[in-house]
This record gives sequence, C-alpha cells and structure tokens, in this order.
Amino acid sequence: MSKLLKYDDFLIFDEATGTYEMPAEQRVRDETERNHWKNTGFTILKDWRLYLMLVPMIFVYLLWKYMPMYELIASFKYGTEISALDRDWVGVSNFATIFTNITYSVDFWRAFRNTFALAFYGLLFGFPVPIILALFFNEIRSNITRSIIQVCVYLPKFLSTVVVTTLAISLFRGPDGAGSDMGIVSRFLTIICGEGSALGTQASQVGNGLIYSTRYFRGLYIVTELWEHAGYDSIVFFAAIIAVSPTSYEAAQIDGAGKMQQMRYVVIPGILSTVVIMLIMKMGSLLSISYEKLYLFCSGKTIGNYEVASVVSTLANSWGENQDTAAYGIAGEMMNNIIGMILVIGSNFIARRASDISLY
Amino acid sequence: MKRKMEISELIFKIISYVCLIILAVLCVYPLIYALSASLSSSGAINGNHVILWPMIGNSTDGFQIGLMFEAFGYVVTTAGNTFWVAYSNTLFLCFVGTIWCLIYSILGAYALSKKRLLGRRGFNFFLVFTMWFAAGVVPQYLNYQRTGQIMAAMVGSTYNEIDLKWLIILAMGMNATNLILLRNAFEGVPSEIEEAARIDGATELQILTKVYIPMSKATIATVALFFGISRWNGYFWAQKVLPQEQNYSWPVQVYIRDFIENSTDLIGPYQDGFSWPYEFSTISVMYAMVVCGVIPILIIYPFIQKYFAKGVNMGGVKE
Repeated sequence: MSKLLKYDDFLIFDEATGTYEMPAEQRVRDETERNHWKNTGFTILKDWRLYLMLVPMIFVYLLWKYMPMYELIASFKYGTEISALDRDWVGVSNFATIFTNITYSVDFWRAFRNTFALAFYGLLFGFPVPIILALFFNEIRSNITRSIIQVCVYLPKFLSTVVVTTLAISLFRGPDGAGSDMGIVSRFLTIICGEGSALGTQASQVGNGLIYSTRYFRGLYIVTELWEHAGYDSIVFFAAIIAVSPTSYEAAQIDGAGKMQQMRYVVIPGILSTVVIMLIMKMGSLLSISYEKLYLFCSGKTIGNYEVASVVSTLANSWGENQDTAAYGIAGEMMNNIIGMILVIGSNFIARRASDISLY
Repeated sequence: MKRKMEISELIFKIISYVCLIILAVLCVYPLIYALSASLSSSGAINGNHVILWPMIGNSTDGFQIGLMFEAFGYVVTTAGNTFWVAYSNTLFLCFVGTIWCLIYSILGAYALSKKRLLGRRGFNFFLVFTMWFAAGVVPQYLNYQRTGQIMAAMVGSTYNEIDLKWLIILAMGMNATNLILLRNAFEGVPSEIEEAARIDGATELQILTKVYIPMSKATIATVALFFGISRWNGYFWAQKVLPQEQNYSWPVQVYIRDFIENSTDLIGPYQDGFSWPYEFSTISVMYAMVVCGVIPILIIYPFIQKYFAKGVNMGGVKE
C-alpha cells in the first residue's frame, strides 16, 4: 500500500463533542462479525420453516441414495454374515479376486469391456444423430408438418423399457423351428440382404435370431437406443437453433452467404455451447448405461448374446443374488461408477477450462 | 426479397424431409404392428402375413384382412383379474408415488431456491452428487431390503409379510434433475412478489402455495409428468423388490415381462415345454398386453407434448 492510512480515513471527527467516532456502517459490520455465530443461529431460527421444508427431501435422499453408499464398505470385507458390519476386513482382496481369479475375472473383464464398448458406441451414434435431426427439423418450414413428425419421433421416449425390449425381441426374433417364422423386421432385412448373406443366415437361426446373436446384438442395441432417445434429445438442439438471433442470419445474407454457408457459420457456432453442455451431460452418464434394458435383453448366461450383452451392472446383479459373491459384485460396480464419476468431473473441468461453459 | 434456391440447399432440404419422414414412420411402426398383431390370428403372425393390417385366417384357408378380438378377450377375462390387478397397482403406484415425489421435491426445491438459505451450496452439492455417483445395483438392493425391514418393524410385522408396494412408493422415483428443474423455476419468480406477500403477512407455506406454485405451474406439470411416466414405466426395482409371492402387488410392466418369460417362445430358455390351448398365439396376447400398457401413455401424450419441450430447456444450465 503506497498511501499510509490516516486516522481520519475511517473515523469521523465529531466537532460538537471533540471526539472521534466510528461511522455507523463500520460499527454494524464489526458487530456482525463479532456475532457471526450468534447471527447464524438466529437466521436459522428465523427461517426454521425453510429448513423444515428441506427435511423430507434430505430424509429421502439420505435413506435411499446415501445409505446404499454405506453398503460399499462390503467391497472391502468378506464373510457370510448378513450384516456387512460383522464381516472381516480383507483390504482390496475382493478387487484382486475379480481382476485375477480366473473364475471371476473372465466374466468381469468381459463385462467391463462390454460396458465401455456399448457406452462408446452409444456416444458415437447417440450424440451426433440428435444434432443432425435438429438441423433437419430446421429445414422444415411448415409448422404443421414439423409438429406431426415431432409427435412421432418423440413418442418412443415415453414407452417403458419393458415395452421397447419386448417389441425389439419380437420384431427381431428368430424362427422357433415349429412353424413360426422370424420376426417381421428380421424378415425384411433378410429379404434386403439376401437369404444366403451373413445377416440372413444369422436371422434364420432357430431360437437365436438377430437379437440373441453375438454378432448383431450391439448394433441392434444401438438402434433401439436411437429409436428411443434420438428424437427427444434433438429438442434441446432444435431450441438452440431457434434461439439463434435472426439478425445474425441477415448479416450473413448481406455478406453473401448462401444457405449452407449460413448453416456452417451461423447455426453451428450458435448452438456450440449447447452442444458442449450436452456432451458433458452425456459423458457423465456414459457408464451408467441402461442396465434395465440390458437386463431385459439378456437375463442369463444361457441367452445367446451373453458374450456381448453382459455389462458390469447386470453382472453385479447376478453376483449379488448369491451371498458368497455379493462382495465381488459390489466391488466391481463401485469401480465402474468411480470411473464414471471421474469422467463427468473431468469433462466438466476440461469444458470450463477450454470455453467457460460448464454445467455444475 | 425472393432468392433463388441453391442446388446444395435444395438437396439438403430434400434429404431432411426424406430422412425425417422415414424416421417418423420407423418410430410409430412397431406400435402399429403391435396393435395389428394383437388383433391377428396365430397363423398370420407366425407366417409373417401381418405387415400393416390385422390378418385372420389360417394357412389352409388363406389369409385375409380382418379383426380377431380373442387375444384382448383373453387379457380382459381369461387371464383372470390378474392383469387388471397389475394394472390397478400401476395406477396406484403412479398416482400416489407421483404425489409423494412432488411433495418432497417442491418443498426441497423451494427451500433451495432461497438465496438466504445458509449452506445452500452444501445442500445443492448433496443433491447433485447423487447424479454423479451411485452406489450400484447390489448396495441399492441391500438398502431396499434393510429399509423394508425397518418399515416392517415399525408396523410390527416382518419383511415378508408387509405390503412392499409402500416401500416402492416411498423409496423409488427419486430424480435430482427434476428437483433442479423445479428449483430453477422457483428462482425465476421475482422476489418482489414474495416480499409483497410477506408484507401482507403471508407465512412461508402460504408464499409457497399461493405465490410460487401458481407461478410455476408449467414446470410443476412437466415434472409431475416426468415422475408419473417414470413410475408407470418402472420395472427393474419393482421386479427385484416384489417377490413372486407378492405378485398381487406387481405393476403391469413386471406382469407383462413375467408373462413373456413364462409363456411365449421369444426368450431362449423358455422355448419349449409350454402348451397353449388357444387358436390365437401367445404373441398376440403379449402384444395385446403391450398395447394395454401403452394406452395411458398415449392418452396423456398430447398434453405432455405442450410442456416437455419447455421443460427440457429449463433443465439446463444454471447454478
């Protein structure tokens, strides 16, 4: 500080009494500081109704979101006691078992690979497609036509997983060998690709068909994911496109930009921030791929697509049904979820660094 | 100013229309097929004669377009009341569960939207953290069992004897995103209105019910619909928590899946060893159940349509 503070700077000289006095605001500030904790208590007391309103929410979240996290200590323990507390600490030996012990590691690493593969393909196709759809929607000038199409493409989002998997299983089913043909979509694809093609051969396999085949399951899974979510996910991008200011278009037009150039230089930069945010959100939910759906597609080792459809969550679920292996299930899934959390925090951090856009 | 359309623009426009129309057809087709197949005869489905319209007949007499209501009849009557019990269970879970979720979400979101709330950042983090990290399937299942036991102990009963649908109502359908949606809507209400109400002597609860809730009706409707749909569609945990012995509490999704696993030839290990005495196929019955399960969604769908585009946009980007 270059300038020395003088007494007069923060005290006021009262000429009537000849004394220095503190300004009123400073006095209040000092008082507040001194009574910080007293005041805190007072505010809580004054707003006790607000805190009371928080109670049900906190109760529900503590009991059913945070209490399960307490069960995670079971992954560092082993034993047959029902309560995780009574079991013996074994350090990281459960992790060592699922990583190296041949009985579990084969299943685990396969599930781990599948989780990443499905998540990666899901991102690869599930992310750009809604953006492209939004650009397509932007081309349709007639509101009525657009509304009709939108009603159709948003609809699958609201169907239950059971309905979606049931429809997929039956439309892609194989022939049952007793007079029943393959599913209608399988039949259609077989006609297109030819009876003798790889797809045609697989589709006409008794019992398995396409959906229970190792080779086509991933593709079909991605197709059902797109069918369910792509239309609905395009809403956000379409809204972002609409929000681009018309003056930008006009400016580009005056500069001689054609329609495609407008898209390249006006629309895409205009929705970039939305794209980044949605990418962060997608990254965050990358590894929490829909276990419900995969569970419905593949509910056991006997199912033909087990090789590619078993993911960490469904594996943990099947291990969890047995008291002896439950700890392995908990350990494996915990690892999976921690990686997922690192992904979301990491991508958020990178986005904030790179472009000042962040979600949390 | 009428501008001449460039060739690239024209091509792009055509591609847009074609792609979107194909997509729209693909999105609706499975449902139309399900409806048609549920009204068709066994032979027509097995031989893939059903493509768009319901077909009846058999392979000796030939197939023609027609309707066959036996599968629906089976769902309504022969399946006993079990299907309707499941249906009413889902309605109950959906209604009561949504109300419960709305109550604690609205109260919590209102408190969190107040800048003067001490530890607001902490509470927000408490909420958002559940979006980042979840304990996983097994811990969650153990936790449901434990809380179920606690509930049973509170009413002086045991875990196997209590009606576990109350556990489902209380514990499931939590969604931090919906809560944040509500919080953002409440933050958007101008604080002057609240002050005016406070000067008029309104209590906290009155401010919430008389000012905030009416002013964020659209968001609350959206969130209620999201909660309701997730309740209607919920399968996995209901199936895990409700055992076979409690099938009188099963929601309709669990019921449909159970029917498929045990009586159609769609899923690998269940292919043989099931005899079906009727002329229509189990697949028709399955489609009939699917159609019944989808109808409520289709009924409320036009009403949601209005809100959800708005709701999604609000969901984003605020802290």
